[in-house]
Amino acid sequence: MSTIRSKLSTALLVCAALGGCASQPTPLYQWQGYQNNIDAYFRADQLSPDAQTQRMEDDLQKIRASGGAVPPGYYAHLGLLYGQQGKLDQFAQQMQAEKKQYPESETFMDFLLRNFKK
Amino acid sequence: MKLKNFFKLLAAATGFLVLAGCATQTPYDYTAYKESRPRSIVVLPPLNNTPEVPASYSVLSYATRPLAEAGYYVMPVTLVAEAFKENGMTQAADMHATSPDKLRKIFGADAALYITIGKYGTVYQVINSSTVVAADAKLVDLKTGKLLWQGSASASSEEGQNQQQGGLAAVLIAAIVKQVMATTLDQSHQVAGVATTRLLSAGAPNGLLYGPRSPNYGKD
Repeated sequence: MSTIRSKLSTALLVCAALGGCASQPTPLYQWQGYQNNIDAYFRADQLSPDAQTQRMEDDLQKIRASGGAVPPGYYAHLGLLYGQQGKLDQFAQQMQAEKKQYPESETFMDFLLRNFKK
Repeated sequence: MKLKNFFKLLAAATGFLVLAGCATQTPYDYTAYKESRPRSIVVLPPLNNTPEVPASYSVLSYATRPLAEAGYYVMPVTLVAEAFKENGMTQAADMHATSPDKLRKIFGADAALYITIGKYGTVYQVINSSTVVAADAKLVDLKTGKLLWQGSASASSEEGQNQQQGGLAAVLIAAIVKQVMATTLDQSHQVAGVATTRLLSAGAPNGLLYGPRSPNYGKD
């Protein structure tokens, strides 16, 4: 009983901290460390592309395991990391994955597939 | 006589205050926005009007989440920045000067978001110092070149934890604060996250409208 009560009060506290329980919007996507990974990419001096790729792959497993949706640009950013390490097959594969999940990205993904071949 | 003048002044001042208090925000005219109904947005690397070099990419790294949660497809920001570089552009001003037509051809986005950073960093004062980030944004239709929306937001390290913020922005901001507390302490970057999330979350008064991937699309 006391554990139930403490759980309940924790839940209430969390709700209160979030600014009231009423109609709290449910996030559309699972983000994991995606924003931090974008930041790490732009800072460029903190994590090697290989370590960044590993983080993105690990998070992708977590997103899939949780049944959540992969956010816009996730596959494409992962593909960019592979491309910068010369792994062009994986680059192309991720661009296709982005296009498949988000048809809105088609024009840009095709542009990238045409121009970043080298 | 002097006292009478004083009362006159006081009355005038009070009247002014009351009027200022009553003045409600003019509702934003969303006509062009609702006609355009953009599905996808390309966020250009922000124009940085501050001396802080990291400001532009700090703000940019936070832009995707609120826009995606608002229901838009957001062109991958790192690849957008790389595509500009491949075309010989490294300055945000040059990127912002690219024609809407060219942006649409390369990125295939329905709209472009132009962010300008006005303040970024710590202001040192005698008694207290505070970290402030302020930015404004314009959403432009890439087919017609029409302005669909513009807004501005700021955040400060001194505003306190109990700042009232409703809806989606509150959830996203709570996530930023939690994540940053768990990692490194880069206060400017954290405050930039709060300011960017306020600027780009849908559902706020005069804010961005929800996009087609949101269940709230068309209801605002």
